[in-house]
Amino acid sequence: MTLSRFRTILYTVAAIVSLAGLADATYLAVQALTGETLGCGGSPDCFRVLGSSYARVGGIPVALFGTLAYFSVFTFATFAAFGYVRARTFLILTVGAMFLATLWLLYVQAFLLHAYCRYCLFSAAITFLLAGLVIALPPSKDASVS
Amino acid sequence: MKRYLPFVIVAVIALATLGSGAMLYRTKRPQLLTIPEDKMLSGKSDAESMHIRGNPDAPVTLEEFGDFECPPCGNFAGFADALVKEYDPHLRIVFRNFPLKNHQHARDAALAAEAAGLQGRFWEMHDVLYREQAVWTKASNVRESFESYAGMIGLNIDQFRKDMDGEKAKARVDSDQERGHSVGVERTPTVFVNNRSLGPNDRTPEGLRAIVDAALKEKAATK
Repeated sequence: MTLSRFRTILYTVAAIVSLAGLADATYLAVQALTGETLGCGGSPDCFRVLGSSYARVGGIPVALFGTLAYFSVFTFATFAAFGYVRARTFLILTVGAMFLATLWLLYVQAFLLHAYCRYCLFSAAITFLLAGLVIALPPSKDASVS
Repeated sequence: MKRYLPFVIVAVIALATLGSGAMLYRTKRPQLLTIPEDKMLSGKSDAESMHIRGNPDAPVTLEEFGDFECPPCGNFAGFADALVKEYDPHLRIVFRNFPLKNHQHARDAALAAEAAGLQGRFWEMHDVLYREQAVWTKASNVRESFESYAGMIGLNIDQFRKDMDGEKAKARVDSDQERGHSVGVERTPTVFVNNRSLGPNDRTPEGLRAIVDAALKEKAATK
């Protein structure tokens, strides 16, 4: 297998993985927008996390930022798989930012709220997987489309 | 064609995300409830069977179905209490127990509040339970926590223990829950202002103030 083909496969895998994150984040964003997270009814730990002040930034649900982030990852990974070099840089930057945000959100759940939401943990797992894929990418030397 | 393929793929996923998000939003959008006429609260006649904070004859009634283990209920209780003082004598709060099954100690907490109510200290226990929610919900023995709160608010502990296991407290919790189910309550806090439920985003100090102001205006106009 050539290096370029290996990279294409990794970008394709990253795009597919990001779709799982996109579905998860969209579900949480809708829950936040309908106000479902402002009341109790489902898992108590989930509602402790999603109903907390940490679940919103400037009144906007964090999950909505997650939706945008996963959609960006999907877009950049797709374009990178088709040989767009600049998309690779954007992909690395976006996944890096998501990795840092995920660390913060895990810290909040573990040490500030003492509760874990499984949807948030799933999203964290997806981000770590994406970070792993980005790290596994061999450095690119050939530029087909910029 | 290959040149346009990534654009097509991204556009399809964007549309699919927006479409599924919109469909999910429509499904999950809360239905606003209205208490049917035969279940509406009257003024003084119901006063004995309810826990009322504020003027019992107030023109605006805020009826809350709450669960002592639910964090948003705790947040709501904080500003609802301040609101009653702010609008006194025009607003009263009626509290109904609605302990959710997935909250392990919620029913015991409701029984503790009712047991305190039997000694005339319902609201004191209500306030302590919400204030100390983060503590007793993690305690290994919640009964012990409730008994210490009972001591703190000056209850007769032996009587409190008996009442917590007694039929009267159970009957009150059951009757509140039955009322909740009969008017369509599924989540907590579910809040009605003059028999119309609030949307989740109205349960903020500003949202609630606007709703109470509107209810007062409506009452004044119908006089």
